[in-house]
Amino acid sequence: MADLNTEEGITRRSFLRATTAAAAGAAALTSALAPLRNIGDFPSVEEFIQKHYTELTPAQLTTVLGRIENEVQKEYGIRPHVRALKPMNGVEFVYALNLSRCCGCRKCVHACVAENNQSRSPEVQYIRVLKMPNDGRFDLESGDHNYNPESVPVPGHFFMPIQCHHCKNPPCVKVCPVKATWQEPDGITVIDYDWCIGCRYCEAACPYFARRFNFTEPSIPKEKINPNMSYLGNRPRHKGVMEKCHFCVQRTRAGQYPACLEACPTGSRKFGNILDPDSEVSYILKNKRVMILKEELGTLPRFFYYFDV
Amino acid sequence: MKRYLYFWKRCLKIAFVGDWRYYGWLGILLIIILGGVNAYAKQYLLGLGTTGMSDQVSWGVYIANFTFLVGMAAAAVMLVIPVYIYKNEELHDLVIFGELLAVAAILMCLAFVTVDLGRPDRFWHLIPGIGIFHFPGSMLSWDVLVLNGYLLINLHICGYHIYCRYCGRKPSNWLSIPVVFLGILWAVSIHTITAFLYVGLGGRHFWNSAVLGPRFIASAFTAGPAFIILTLQIIRQFSDYHVPDRALFTLRSIVQIAMPINMFLLINELFTEFYTTDRNSASSHYLFLGLHGHHALVPWIWTAIGLNITSMILLMLPLSRRLKWLDTACILAVIGIWIEKGMGMVVPGFVPTPIGEIVEYTPSKNEVLICLGIWAFGFFCYTIFLRMAVPILHGKLSRANEPAEANLT
Ligand code: SF4
Repeated sequence: MADLNTEEGITRRSFLRATTAAAAGAAALTSALAPLRNIGDFPSVEEFIQKHYTELTPAQLTTVLGRIENEVQKEYGIRPHVRALKPMNGVEFVYALNLSRCCGCRKCVHACVAENNQSRSPEVQYIRVLKMPNDGRFDLESGDHNYNPESVPVPGHFFMPIQCHHCKNPPCVKVCPVKATWQEPDGITVIDYDWCIGCRYCEAACPYFARRFNFTEPSIPKEKINPNMSYLGNRPRHKGVMEKCHFCVQRTRAGQYPACLEACPTGSRKFGNILDPDSEVSYILKNKRVMILKEELGTLPRFFYYFDV
Repeated sequence: MKRYLYFWKRCLKIAFVGDWRYYGWLGILLIIILGGVNAYAKQYLLGLGTTGMSDQVSWGVYIANFTFLVGMAAAAVMLVIPVYIYKNEELHDLVIFGELLAVAAILMCLAFVTVDLGRPDRFWHLIPGIGIFHFPGSMLSWDVLVLNGYLLINLHICGYHIYCRYCGRKPSNWLSIPVVFLGILWAVSIHTITAFLYVGLGGRHFWNSAVLGPRFIASAFTAGPAFIILTLQIIRQFSDYHVPDRALFTLRSIVQIAMPINMFLLINELFTEFYTTDRNSASSHYLFLGLHGHHALVPWIWTAIGLNITSMILLMLPLSRRLKWLDTACILAVIGIWIEKGMGMVVPGFVPTPIGEIVEYTPSKNEVLICLGIWAFGFFCYTIFLRMAVPILHGKLSRANEPAEANLT
């Protein structure tokens, strides 16, 4: 074996052998990579080199919005209107949900899916409603996530919808290694779908199970597309990135209510500007019994549960 | 410079020369690597839906292996300490074997993180200066820094020492000792920061425990040296490099200390989780006893604990001065810790979800193929590294015997 420890063993013949081996290796590698032949959606160069949302100049932003409109049109055959609405001065959004009233009909869940161009297959939903037993406890572990009753409400139970809490002290924002998710001045925690690298660290960090990852390419029937889109909001996403509730940024920054609120038949959902002392949410926080989910974690949610008194 | 390049040329050449067993081994590894490449091509095409992960359990075997391997890389410095701190000069060359192992382990770590990304094409967002690096806020950005730093440190130590040996001169103390000590500190830091990645998540009680960091270090300093004991014997078997028994026994005494500490810390964790009746121990219940009829991890964790205890007993007995028993103890320890720290640490953190849902996780076939591919890649790298280093450490490949035609002077 001694001669193997020097390179004298290398002869012309072994060189030829090496060449053959290299050729065979290259062929094997090509066939191993064969699945990539079917790739149709390589990210475009513009998308690849695109900067972070907060670093785009107004001109660049216009170009980006145009690119997205073109891409959506190509994919879904509809010309959308993609905007990048700015937060309004003196506004900080807050959500309040009435646990005494919520009947568990999940109308909010479906309105959210329709409004926010969420994937129908696989199903992505931002709102999770728990059916909780009235058994003298408040234990999330005894909640039923997949309840499917004939009719609601269900005697002996109450319902508890959970979605992104838009925390003032958001763990997801803290952990993101590339700042692809951040808090806007109006209190909305957003995600730049074009910047997220898909590490799912934020998903592990979120104590409210609010974040959703696109494990496969989302699919939305063409006729279900909502063309009123925004960059940080409901424009269609691609596989490999994170998404979640963004308080319907395309609606709320244009003075409308979130879709879940409008769909709720029991009026359990309230939304508004906490900086305005006359707003409905300010009234609720001042006058109702309010509860914060997992308050001990210090996340300081902008999402409150309250009860009729 | 010319001489240095020539050195590399000779190293590369020799890396691909060997007997039939060597080619056979590399061939098998290459086939497994290609299987992994093929599986990854599918994952790239279809998305991470090809894995067993979900929104509920959003990290799986990739991150589990990553965590385990960071420990292996960190533990490689365990060979450095006897040499530089206790001046055990006889073991000097073994430092190189350890550091090369660290390099291979870090390369595997980087591969595991990459295959876990949803958008690997955007990796440049992570590069400080070009992308946006969330430093010091995100523990993941710390991890990126320390892992790559560790890779560089180890490459420097190995490369420099091997090249000096090749040239037949003594490494200058100025260029090596400070880096070696930096390497020791750095090794502890890579594993601590990897632990902080989990510990820092307040919403996950299973991870949010101060003892996780120490447990990581203890288990790494058990599995790492155990693995090196096995590797050194393979080197001894398949090359004519003489590894003294003393080296193995020095490492044995490290494992002898680290394993009981590891078990002690585990007991502390178990006591806190099970003695008190607060509602934050659901994940531990799931892992050790099963929760609401879900038991997927229970057999695994008890197997791991069984292996660890058996290994610990073997190590404590004088029996393990016999190599056969020492090897058995080491194999048990490596497997036990791989389970405990991989699947047994990552997955239960996600079960139940923070809002109480139980979704179990089993890796998919494609996911397993990718893991095997990366492990094979790691073994491939380590084999090649050793193939280059051994003849040089042995003096068979050196400046003195450069072929005449090189004519570099
Ligand atoms: S998945 Fe995206 S948003 Fe979440 S932490 Fe990773 S890069 Fe940030």
